[in-house]
Amino acid sequence: MAETKGKPLLGEREMEAEITRIAREIVSDGTENVALLGILTRGVPLAEWIARKVESIQHRPMDVGSLDINLYRDDLSEVSEQPIVKPTEIPFAIDGKGIVLIDDVLYTGRTIRAAMDAIIDFGRPRFVRLAVVIDRGWRELPVQADYVGRRIKTTADQNVKVMVKPIDDRNEVWVRKQK
Amino acid sequence: MRLSTRHILSINDLTKKDVLTILATASSFKEISERPIKKVPTLRGRTVINCFFEDSTRTRLSFELAEKRLSADSSNISKSGSAMANKGETLLDTVRNIEAMRPDILVIRHSVAGAPAQAAGATRARIINAGDGMHEHPTQALLDLMTINDVKGRMKGLKVGIVGDILHSRVARSDMLLFKKMGLEVTVAGPPTLIPFGVEEAFGVRVASDVRDVLPELDVLMLLRVQRERLGEHFFPSAREYARYFGICADDLKSAKEDLAIMHPGPVNRGVEIAADVADGPRSVILGQVTCGVAVRMAVLYLLLGETHSE
Repeated sequence: MAETKGKPLLGEREMEAEITRIAREIVSDGTENVALLGILTRGVPLAEWIARKVESIQHRPMDVGSLDINLYRDDLSEVSEQPIVKPTEIPFAIDGKGIVLIDDVLYTGRTIRAAMDAIIDFGRPRFVRLAVVIDRGWRELPVQADYVGRRIKTTADQNVKVMVKPIDDRNEVWVRKQK
Repeated sequence: MRLSTRHILSINDLTKKDVLTILATASSFKEISERPIKKVPTLRGRTVINCFFEDSTRTRLSFELAEKRLSADSSNISKSGSAMANKGETLLDTVRNIEAMRPDILVIRHSVAGAPAQAAGATRARIINAGDGMHEHPTQALLDLMTINDVKGRMKGLKVGIVGDILHSRVARSDMLLFKKMGLEVTVAGPPTLIPFGVEEAFGVRVASDVRDVLPELDVLMLLRVQRERLGEHFFPSAREYARYFGICADDLKSAKEDLAIMHPGPVNRGVEIAADVADGPRSVILGQVTCGVAVRMAVLYLLLGETHSE
C-alpha cells in the first residue's frame, strides 16, 4: 500500500489525529510519575507535541526530555559518516519513573535498543514504553511499540520519512522509493 | 561528519570546519561527565595507548578519563616505568612494537618536537600529539578555545592576550595558530628574551612590551606557566623579578573589562605568573579549562576513531 506519488501517507490532519490518539492512550494507561523522552532528532518535537495533547486532556503538564542515542549505536563500524553527537537533556530523575520513549519510525529496532541502554545509564526506570508514529516492520531485534500511529507494510527499498515542525516546515509522513 | 585529517599533530592539520565539529562534539560530551554513571559504550573494543615519554599528570589523566568515559581500552607507557623508553630503543622501534599489538590510537607526549609526526609514519594507528617539545599541544589549544567560546558565547573578533614564555611554549604556539584561524585577535607579551623573533609576521599577532598597556581592551588573558625546567637562568634574572614585571595580580586588573576571562594552562606557579587572588578570583576560568579538556579529548578520540570505522 505504502508507495505514494505526490501524496503523503499522512497529511497534517491525519497526523494530528494519530498524535491525539497516542496521547489519549498514554493518558488512559496513567501518567502519574510518567515522563516522555524523545529520541533525537524528530522524536523530540513529537514528544513535545504529544505532551501538549496530554496537557490539554488532563490539564497537567508532563515532563519531556531528549535523548541522543548515537553513542550507544552498535553499527558505528557500518556507517559511512560519523554521526553528529547532540546533547542529551533529561530534566528529571529516571529512577522509579515511567518512561515513554517517542520516535518517528520503528524499523529494525536497533535505535530503540540503543535508547534503552542509554536510559539505563541514567537510572532505573519503573518501566519503559515506546510510542512511534509509524511502524514499518523489518525488525532485526525483538522490539515492539506500545503506542503506534500507523502500522504499514513496506518493502526494503522504501524510505519512510516523518516530517514534523519545527524541524521541517510541515507535519506529514511520506513513503517513497529510495533513490 | 568526519575530520579532514588522520592524525592530530598540529593545529595546521585542522580546517575551520574540523575545529567547529570538534567543539560541537565536545559540547555534547561535556554532559556525559555530569552524569552519575560517566560512561558510554561508544568506543568499546577500541584500543588507545597513552605514550607519555615526558612527565605529565593532568594531560595524561585528562586523556585517560576521556578514553574510559567512551569505554575504550587504554594502556599507558610512561618515561620512568617503560623499558622501551629507557633501554636505548629508538622511538620508531618503540612505535613499531606497539603497532604489532594493533592499537587504534596512540596519544604521544615527547620532549622532542616532531616526535609524534615521526611516529605517524610507522603505524596504522591514529596519532594525537599530546605535546611535543617546544612545537605544539593542539588539544590544549582546542580546550582553551572551547573554554573561551563557553564563557563568551562567541569566538570571532575577541581580543586575547597571551603573557609569558612565548618562545618555549607549545601551548602559546598552538593557541596562536588556532585563535588566528578562528578569527580571534592575539596580542603576546613577556620578557623580550622570551618573545620569538618575527612572531608578528609568522603568526599574525601583535607584540606588546607590557601587557598592562593593552589590558583594558582584552576579553581574555592567558597567563603561561614559567617553565623553570626549560629556562635555567638565561632569560630573566629571577622568578621574583618576573613576577614584578609580568606577573598579574588583582591590582593590575582594575583597568580591565568587567568580564575579562583569566586563563592558565596549568600547573600554576602562584605568586610568579599569577597571584593567588587572581587564580582563585571571579574572573578565573582555569578549572573550566580542565573540565573542557576531558570533553575535547573525548571528541577528538570519537571523531578520529570514527574515521577508522569508515575505511
